[in-house]
Amino acid sequence: MQPARTSENQTVAEAARDIEAGPVVVEVRDVCKTFRIPEHRVDSLKERMVHPFRSNPHRELEALSGISFDVHEGEFFGIVGLNGSGKSTLLKILSSIYQADSGRIRTAGRIAPFIELGVGFNPEMTAHENVVLNAVMLGLSRQEARARVQSVIEFAGLEEFAELKLKNYSSGMMVRLAFSVMVEVEADIMLIDEVLAVGDAAFQQKCGDVFHEKREAGKTIILVTHDMGSIEKYCHRAMMIHDGQVSLIGTPKEVSEWYMRANFRKEDERPGFHAGSSEEGDDAFVAEAWIEDEASTRIENVEQGTAFRIGLVIEAIREIQTPIISFVVTDEAGVHIFGFEESLSGAPDYPGGLKPGQAVQVLADVQNLLRPGRYYLHCRVHRNQEMTDIGMQVMRTLDFVVFGTAMTLGAVSLVESIEVSRPEGTA
Amino acid sequence: MPADETRTELKEVVGPSALGGGWARFFDLLILIAVNDFKKTYFGTVLGYLWSLLRPLALFAVLLFVFTQIFRIGSEVEFYPVLLLFNIVMISLFQEATSASVASVVNQESVVRKTHFPRLVIPLATVVTTLFNFGTNMVAVVVFMIFYGVAITWTWLLFPFVVLALFVITLAVAMLLSSLYVRYRDVGIIWSVAVTALFYATPVLYPLEIVPSQYVDFVLINPLTPIFEQARHWVIDPSAPGALAAAGGWLGLLPAALIYVSICVLAVWVFGREAPRIAEEL
Repeated sequence: MQPARTSENQTVAEAARDIEAGPVVVEVRDVCKTFRIPEHRVDSLKERMVHPFRSNPHRELEALSGISFDVHEGEFFGIVGLNGSGKSTLLKILSSIYQADSGRIRTAGRIAPFIELGVGFNPEMTAHENVVLNAVMLGLSRQEARARVQSVIEFAGLEEFAELKLKNYSSGMMVRLAFSVMVEVEADIMLIDEVLAVGDAAFQQKCGDVFHEKREAGKTIILVTHDMGSIEKYCHRAMMIHDGQVSLIGTPKEVSEWYMRANFRKEDERPGFHAGSSEEGDDAFVAEAWIEDEASTRIENVEQGTAFRIGLVIEAIREIQTPIISFVVTDEAGVHIFGFEESLSGAPDYPGGLKPGQAVQVLADVQNLLRPGRYYLHCRVHRNQEMTDIGMQVMRTLDFVVFGTAMTLGAVSLVESIEVSRPEGTA
Repeated sequence: MPADETRTELKEVVGPSALGGGWARFFDLLILIAVNDFKKTYFGTVLGYLWSLLRPLALFAVLLFVFTQIFRIGSEVEFYPVLLLFNIVMISLFQEATSASVASVVNQESVVRKTHFPRLVIPLATVVTTLFNFGTNMVAVVVFMIFYGVAITWTWLLFPFVVLALFVITLAVAMLLSSLYVRYRDVGIIWSVAVTALFYATPVLYPLEIVPSQYVDFVLINPLTPIFEQARHWVIDPSAPGALAAAGGWLGLLPAALIYVSICVLAVWVFGREAPRIAEEL
C-alpha cells in the first residue's frame, strides 16, 4: 500500500509540475474586500431627509485582505477555508458578482461561475427556453446555447419533457437539468462552489464523475469546498484561506492536513456549537445549535444507542418567503449519515415565511443508531420549494461525539436483533 | 500553438457593472429576457393580447365619457377620441414601464447575486417588453384612427423619432428608480403617486392649447409635453401646433429639454455608480 501511494503521489506531483510550467490563466494580486454592514439600516428616504448628513452607523467587515495566487492552464485548483474565512467572497469577486476594493485580477479566456444550480430558472418557461437562458447567463452566445440545448436535455435524460414548463418539473428533474447545463457549457475556466456537490449520494457521484472528466480533459477548474476528500481526490494544488488571507498554498495533502489542524484547533477551543459562522451575504444565520437528551437537558456528547434531540434556532436576516430548513449529519470522513428537512410553508407561526429578524426553532428527535465517533451537523436554508435557491449554508455548525464501546460494522447499526440457530433438517 | 497564445493572454477582470460582459452578451440576454417576458404575458393567460389592450381601452372608454359627456372639453378639440386613445397608449408605455422597473432589480435578486449579469439588462428588458406591448397596442390605435377618418400623411414616418424620445426618457427614469429602490424602498410608494400626477401634468386628456395661459409654462417644463405635442402634430392632426409652435419657440422648449437631458445624465451616473454594488446591497 505504502509504495503504491508514493508512486501515485509522484505522478500527481509530476502532473502538477507540468501544469505549473504552463501558462497562467488566472492571476490574482492583492485583492482586498471590505463589507460595510449597516447596524441600523436606513431604508427609508424619510430617515435620509431627517438626517441628511449622518452617515449610517456600520461596522466594517474585512472579508479579504490581500489575496494573491495564480492558477495555471489545465489546473484543478482547490480553495478551502473555515466558514466565514472569505472564500465565498473571493469566488464572487472572481465571478464578477462583487467588485474588489483594490487589487487586480486578470484571466485568460471565459470564466463560467457555478455558484448555484439553475440560477434564473423561470418556472413559467419550458425546459428548452430555460436551458438557453441559463447557458447565456453562464457566458455562451445565443447561437451556441441553442446549438447545445439538445445535448443538455439528452444528458439530463429529459427528452420527453423538453417542452414542459419548469413549474411542472419535480425538484429532482430540475436539478438534473441545471446540472447538465453546467456540464455542457464549455468554459475555459470553471469556478465551482461546493454547494453543487451537496445532494444525495447518486448526485454526488455524478458530480465527482464530471469533475474527473473535466480534469482529464484539461479544463481549468477552481473548486471552493469544505470537503478535504474532494481536494485530495481532484486537485493539483490547493489554497487555504483564513481570516481573509492566504494561509497556505500547496499540495492537496499539505493543505488538507493544515485545514484539519486549523479546524480542530478551533474546535478544541469551542466544543459544540460554532456561532456566527455564516458567510457574508447569507439570508439567515444559525443563532444557536445544540443537542439535548430526552429530558431536554443539553448535552455535548451522546451515549451510543441513547435517543437524543437536535435543536437549532435560525434567525432570518432578509425576508425568506418559502423557507425550507434542511440538515445533514456527516461523520468525520464527510459521509452523509442522515438528514432531514422541514418546510415552513403552511406553518401557522410563519404566514408568508420568515421576516427579517424573525427566528425559528427546530427540534428533531433522533433515534440513535450511530456508531461511536465524531459527527458534524451542517445546516442550510433554502428559499424555494425546489431547494435550488440557497439562502444560507453553514457547514459544521455543531459537532458532537457519540461515545460507547459496542462493536458496530458500518456507519449505523440498523440490525435490531440477531438470532443464531441450526437450519432445519441439518445435523 | 497560436490559438493557445491568444487564449492565454491575460485580461483584466473589471467586476460587475451596468454593461459587464461585452455587448454581444448584453444583447443576447436582453433579447432573451424581453422576449420571454413578452411571451409570458401573451401566452401565459387565456386572453393574452386582449388583456394588454383591455387596460388602455377601458381607461379610454371611461375618460372619453367623462370628457365628452360631462366636461365637454373634448368636443372643442378635433379628433378628440382618437387623440385621447393615442395619448393613453403613449403614456401607458411610460407608466407601465417605469412602474414595473421599480422593483425589477430587487426581484431579480438571485440572478444578480449569483451570476455575472450586466445590471442594465434588468430595467432595460422591462422597458423593452413594455415597448413590444406598446407596438401591438399601436396597431389597434392605427386601425381606430383610420376608421375615424384621420388622414394618413408622410409625417407618420417620423413617428419612430417620437417613440425613441419617449423610450429614452422612460429608460432613464427606469434606471433611476430600479437602482434607488435597492437602497430606499419607499421609492416605490413615491413613484406610484408621482406617476399619477404626471398623467395629469402631461397633455394626455387635453391638448396644450386649451390649458389656461397662466399654467402653460408649468405644463411646458414637463419633458413629456413636447413629445406628446409633436406626436399629435405628426400623426393625428397636422394643423395642430407641433412641440416648437406650442412652446412658442426654442426658448419655450429649453426648460423641458434641459430637464430631459439632466434626467438622462443623472440616470446614467446613478446607475453606473450603483451597478457594481447592487449584489452587496440586496
